[in-house]
Amino acid sequence: MAKDEGLISWKKLAPGMAILIPGNSAEFKTGDWRAFRPVLDKEKCIKCGLCYVFCPDLCYKKDEEGYYICNLYYCKGCGICAKNCPRKAITMVLEEEV
Amino acid sequence: MKEKAIKEVSLGIAETLKIKKKLAKEVSIAIADAVAQCKVDVISAYPITPQTHIVEHLAELVNNGELDAEYIPVESEHAAMSACIGASATGARTFTATSSQGLLFMYEVLFIASALRLPIVMVIANRSISAPISIWNDHSDIMTMRDSGWIQVFAENGQEAVDLIYHSYKIAEKALLPVAINIDGFILTHVVEPIEFLDQDLIDQYIPPIKMKYKLDPKKPISIGAIGVPEIYTEAKKAQDEALNASYKIIINAWKEFEKLTGKKYQPIESYRMEDAEVALIIMGSLAETAMNAVDFLREKGEKVGLLRFRLWRPFPLKDFIKAIGKVKAIGVIDRAVSHGATGGPVGIEVRSALYQSNKRPKIVNLIAGLSGRDVTVEDFITLFERTQQAIKKKPKFSYEIYGVKE
Repeated sequence: MAKDEGLISWKKLAPGMAILIPGNSAEFKTGDWRAFRPVLDKEKCIKCGLCYVFCPDLCYKKDEEGYYICNLYYCKGCGICAKNCPRKAITMVLEEEV
Repeated sequence: MKEKAIKEVSLGIAETLKIKKKLAKEVSIAIADAVAQCKVDVISAYPITPQTHIVEHLAELVNNGELDAEYIPVESEHAAMSACIGASATGARTFTATSSQGLLFMYEVLFIASALRLPIVMVIANRSISAPISIWNDHSDIMTMRDSGWIQVFAENGQEAVDLIYHSYKIAEKALLPVAINIDGFILTHVVEPIEFLDQDLIDQYIPPIKMKYKLDPKKPISIGAIGVPEIYTEAKKAQDEALNASYKIIINAWKEFEKLTGKKYQPIESYRMEDAEVALIIMGSLAETAMNAVDFLREKGEKVGLLRFRLWRPFPLKDFIKAIGKVKAIGVIDRAVSHGATGGPVGIEVRSALYQSNKRPKIVNLIAGLSGRDVTVEDFITLFERTQQAIKKKPKFSYEIYGVKE
């Protein structure tokens, strides 16, 4: 068994594992669950924002140029954005091959 | 002349009752009255035999304006416990009651109530579980939830059931854990007993208003019931387990304070004539009263027998148990439920495991008796004592046995 996998000492947990800081799930990194990373080809992208609409983790955010960019801190690599992109501008690439 | 005498006698009885403040009540009604005295905020329940009278009477009290509480008539026991969880999480004092299939129907939420550390109090009118369908009393329902993280106590009679209601709110709200009070279905629930209620001011002194440090409050938001990823689940379970074990002291202190207020002594295990006992029976619930008669009978004949009754079942009072058995040579554990395919009944398994924590090695006979309301009489208990006695010289053939089966 791996040593010290625990996030926090049991003594420091609030009763019933209540979370006392509202909205602190934003700190939780889900990006390391990812096997495939969405890679955007700006040449093909028409800035329609469907990736932003469909992303179940609200990872996409519009940048200054109007492109929707995926926040890899949260992206779990589900591939829904790539599947829904009407211009096939997003490709899912194996993490090791990025 | 005769009439006058009767009148005088009855006046005398009335006077005695007044002094002791004892009221003849059906135990279910008495339990409901005690719950009302504890000033619960929310009652959420679904009727099921033999528990129905408890929540029916509470509904009456709320309807008549005698109890200022929300009564949620839910569509199932699963919803009953869920509503209690929701209400309790907001800091409300809650109550529910159930039996048998009802308890099984609320099963998955039971574990959530304890893991979220919510001080819900529930009465379980113990009844056997289906199939075959049966409404009569044994402990098969409660034993399915023994690992649920609830504090679990067993009453022997109506008075104890009422007192345990008072204790439970004090204990639950201090330990932040739910409490299940077990009373034998019909044998206790439907029996009229003289019951002594505490005065309201004494109860208010004993049970202060509920005050939860962490609760669902829009002014101070928190989240409960979040996901426990592998990196936190183990720690969450450790914290919960420690909380249940730590509740032991809270329970003892609550009982001590109750004793100071009322003079009535409560302890995790009741011992009856155990001083020099060589053979002891262990039982839980109302059958202990029958067993005590058997002890008296055998003691008169010079037999060194005694009785132990677990009042506190979870957290298991290990040290009290090891101490209580003294130097007995054999223990007969009378289970009221079957743990199919196991090495014994639930209590039998527990007792054997507990003994392994000490150097004491009395012989253990584990007999399952009184399933689904099957009578266990004084004569039966004498037989059970004899069977246990025999185990000192001859090892029992089986690790457990269902007693009284017609072959």
